[in-house]
This record gives sequence, structure tokens and C-alpha cells, in this order.
Amino acid sequence: MSTPASSMPASSTPASSTAASSGPTGFAMPRPGPAPAPAPAPAPGHGPAAARTGGATADRATPERATAERATAERATAERATPERATADGAGGKTGTEASEHDALLAPGAILELADDRQARLIARILGDLDREFIGLAPVKDRVREIGALLLVDRLRGRYGLSSSRPSLHMCFTGSPGTGKTTLAARMGELLRELGYLRRGQLVSVTRDDLVGQYVGHTAPKTKEVLKRAMGGVLLIDEAYYLYRPDNERDYGQEAIEILLQFMEAHRDDLVVILAGYRSRMDVFFQSNPGMASRIGHHIEFPDFSLDELMQIAELMLEREEYLLAPAARDAFREYIGLRMRQPRFANARSMRNAIDRLRLRQARRIVASGGPIGRDDLMQLTVADVRGSRVFDDTLATPPPAGHSLDGPPPAGDPLTALAG
Amino acid sequence: MRITQGTFSYLPDLSDVEIMAQIQYAIDQGWAVAVEFTDDPHPRNVLWEMWGLPMFEISDASAGMHEVTACRAAYPDHYVKVSAYDATLGRQTTALSFIASRPADEPGFRLDRQEVADRRIRYSLHAYATDRPAAARSGLNGRSAT
Repeated sequence: MSTPASSMPASSTPASSTAASSGPTGFAMPRPGPAPAPAPAPAPGHGPAAARTGGATADRATPERATAERATAERATAERATPERATADGAGGKTGTEASEHDALLAPGAILELADDRQARLIARILGDLDREFIGLAPVKDRVREIGALLLVDRLRGRYGLSSSRPSLHMCFTGSPGTGKTTLAARMGELLRELGYLRRGQLVSVTRDDLVGQYVGHTAPKTKEVLKRAMGGVLLIDEAYYLYRPDNERDYGQEAIEILLQFMEAHRDDLVVILAGYRSRMDVFFQSNPGMASRIGHHIEFPDFSLDELMQIAELMLEREEYLLAPAARDAFREYIGLRMRQPRFANARSMRNAIDRLRLRQARRIVASGGPIGRDDLMQLTVADVRGSRVFDDTLATPPPAGHSLDGPPPAGDPLTALAG
Repeated sequence: MRITQGTFSYLPDLSDVEIMAQIQYAIDQGWAVAVEFTDDPHPRNVLWEMWGLPMFEISDASAGMHEVTACRAAYPDHYVKVSAYDATLGRQTTALSFIASRPADEPGFRLDRQEVADRRIRYSLHAYATDRPAAARSGLNGRSAT
């Protein structure tokens, strides 16, 4: 069946227009236009389904085969027609091997308008979304903006026939607890898919346990399994420094790192690896694994949030959970953040999340204790008393509390969670 | 003699891009993709060697293609097949299976006639590819696939 297709003359606009019988065959078309073009060769939906119907309806084999033959012929002519179309357009006389993605290469003198470009607008929209979703984090957003711009420029270069290679986008996120490393990594896959860098953009989030095996020969298949799952998307290795245990030379973590490095190099088109962790320990990790440090092109430091940013984050969280801070409570909460920031074990946005959870607990207790009729607003409103009930305010006059203070003595608010971390 | 087994077997050999497109189709249907290989192309040899475990959790075709490429490299003179298993209740069978790679030289088959009682004849197919002992034609020298 392949014989007629391969022996078909390689030329011929007329041949392709007759083969694509859906078009108006009576007219001499100047070139095989894109509209009645035959389906692209490896159309994923076609293969097995067509084969199955072909097998089931054996009695109608003849028409089936005829259409199949025509499809093959169409495909062959379409493939052969592409370079000719490119040259027929007078598009710089290239052979049109890259013509599958764009209709034709641009002439060297052609001028593009960036504002009209679909992808340029897309990038602007994505960055707008990012600005809204993530408060602060200026260096991180700058890097995303650069990556988006580079992908756009590469695509434009491709249209002129200039070489464009895909940049390696393995990243390392470092920063204090609660600065949004994991959250942004989760968003990164989606982001890179929208920018056209990744095909799928799914996130596979793993820690040491998922990569390192328990006995000899267990690590390699385990790591490869995870890597295959992450292909087409983002592999996030949280607290990556645990992979390497310098005190145990027989640790299988080293094996996992080696496989990881090999994959990062060989499959950098298919996979983005993001390592996340605290700065100081990550530095130690990179010192003992120089190969890893050099294969990661983007080291992004997440700065601590300022008081204003924390306030915005808290308000965003409250908005999502459909709570309201009364104006006075807002001031009290701001004061609370200022105090909490000076306390030990402060974890930026994560502390905000915890504080809000405890606010909700206190509000719920207040509502239940007061009894009587309640409305929708009562269920949404967080009052000054809810905020002031926090243990943090009790400690303002005293020195910063010693560790474990919450366990001795009854907590003044009667709320163990309040006492635990303020 | 060109072996025709599975889907697309009467088409020209699929390119890597086309193989990836098929694997992606299988993944999108929720089928588990597996890579198998053999050097015995007999039509009744349905259980080929498995190249690793079926890939249940992949979401991109490049992972499947990675295994196809690895299998090809380890067994350049074998047939490599991609199969996709549909685990849906009621179907639970191979939904798609096609040859992704074949040896450069396919010697074909010999028809053996065996004369049995009452001048009856039994026929069997003998693959020339299996003439030599299995150990001598193994690509990996007995090393197992990972």
C-alpha cells in the first residue's frame, strides 16, 4: 500500500489538489491553500480508532482501503508540497524544513510588530496574573519575565530562520521558610506550559523518600520512575539537600543525584527540575555536588516579606476564605504582624496562614459562646477581640518567650493553639 | 520479509515523532504504555519480553519515547513494540499495539510440511530469525533490562 505513495511524483500542485478532493477541484488553485489541507500526519486520534473500525467492518474492506490509500497519498503529497510552497512564496529561498511550525520563513528585511504578536500579549497576561497572585517577590518575577521574553525572542528568531535553542530552565529556589518557594514552583509548571516551553506542565513534587531506595539496586529504578512521571512538566525536589548525606558514604542519595544529573542533561527539553530549600543548607549541598550547581542555570533567592506585603498576603488569604476584618481589627492585625515578625520561628506567609487559622478558631468560639441569632455578616466578620486574643500581645511587655513556654501553665486565652505559636 | 503485526503494520515505519504522537494518544486515553521486545517474530509468539514495567503514571510521551530509545539501543537487532493497556472495567485488554522498531534484516519464515498418519500433512511456520541459539543472538548478553 505504501508503494503508490512513495512512487508518486514529488512535484505537483495539481496532484495534491485532486487528492484533497474536498476542495473545488475544477479551479486551478494558485497553491495548495491551508484551508483544505489534509490532516497532519500523526493525528493522534486517528490511528487506533481507524484501525479498529477497519478490522470490524471486513465486508466493507474495499472502500475502507480506498480511503486509507487516499489518506496515505494525501499525506505523502502534503509532505512533499511543503518545501515547494515555501519557495513558491519567495520566502528567502530556504528549503523549508522548519516550515511545519510556521507557514514560511520571513525575508531578512521583514519587520515584525511586537504588539501584534499573540505570544507577546500572552506573556503580558501571564505576568499580570502572576503579579496579582503573588505579592512581593520582585526578583522572582523578574526572572519569569526574562524567561518569557527569551522564549518569545527565540520564536521570532525562528521565523527569520535564525538558530534558536531551548534554554535550560532548571532552577533552584532558596529563601527563608514561608516565602513561597513551593507555591511558586507549583505555579511554574503551568506558567511554562502557557509560555510554550513545557508540553504538559504537571507538577511532581517529591522529597528524598521518593527518590532514594532502601537497598542496593532500589534507588535507580525508583528515581527513574519519578523522573519519567515528571517528564513534560516540573519536578520539584523539596529540601533537596537531604539527598546528600555527607556523614554516610554508603548512602544511596548520591546514586539518586547522579541519575538526576544524567536526566537533567539528556532530557532538558522535556523536564524542568526545581530544587527548593533553605539558603545556607543549599549552599553546602552545592559545594559537595558541584555538578549539580553548574547544571542549574537559575538560582533564585526569595526575599523575606515586608510588613506591608505580609498584610497584603493576609488580606488575600482572608478574601479567598471569605472572611472580613473589621477596620479596627485590621489595625490590630497589623500590630500583631509587627510583633510576630520579631518573635522566633517566624515563617513569613506560613505564619500568616497559621494566624488566620487561629483567628477563625477564636471567632468560632466567640460566636458559639455568645449564642442568640446570627447572620451572614457575623459569620464573616473578624473583630478586634479576635485579633487581640492572641498570645503575641500578652508577650509584648515581657521578653521574647522561651521555647516551650506554652506548655507550662494554663494559656490565658484558654486556647492551646493560640498559646503554641502566638 | 517484512513482519506485519499490530496497528499500522501496513504503513511505512513510523518516525519518532509519529511514535510519540501515538504514545501521547494512549496516555491521553488513560492507557498504561509498555515497551516490549523480541527477536522471534513468529505470529503466535504473543508474549514478548518486557522492557521494564508498564508506565502507569507518566503524563508525557517523551517518557515513553525515552524507554523505546533505550530498548532500541540495548537491542538494535530486535523487534520493539509499544503496547497500551486499557484497564477500564469490561475492557481490560491491550488497546493499542504497534511495532516501533525492527531489525535491519528480517529473514522471514520457512513453511515446514510434516507428513503424519494417512498421508495427512501438518504445516508449521519456522522463523529463520530463531535459527541460532538464543544466547548467541541476545543483544544484551543476558543482562536484564532496567
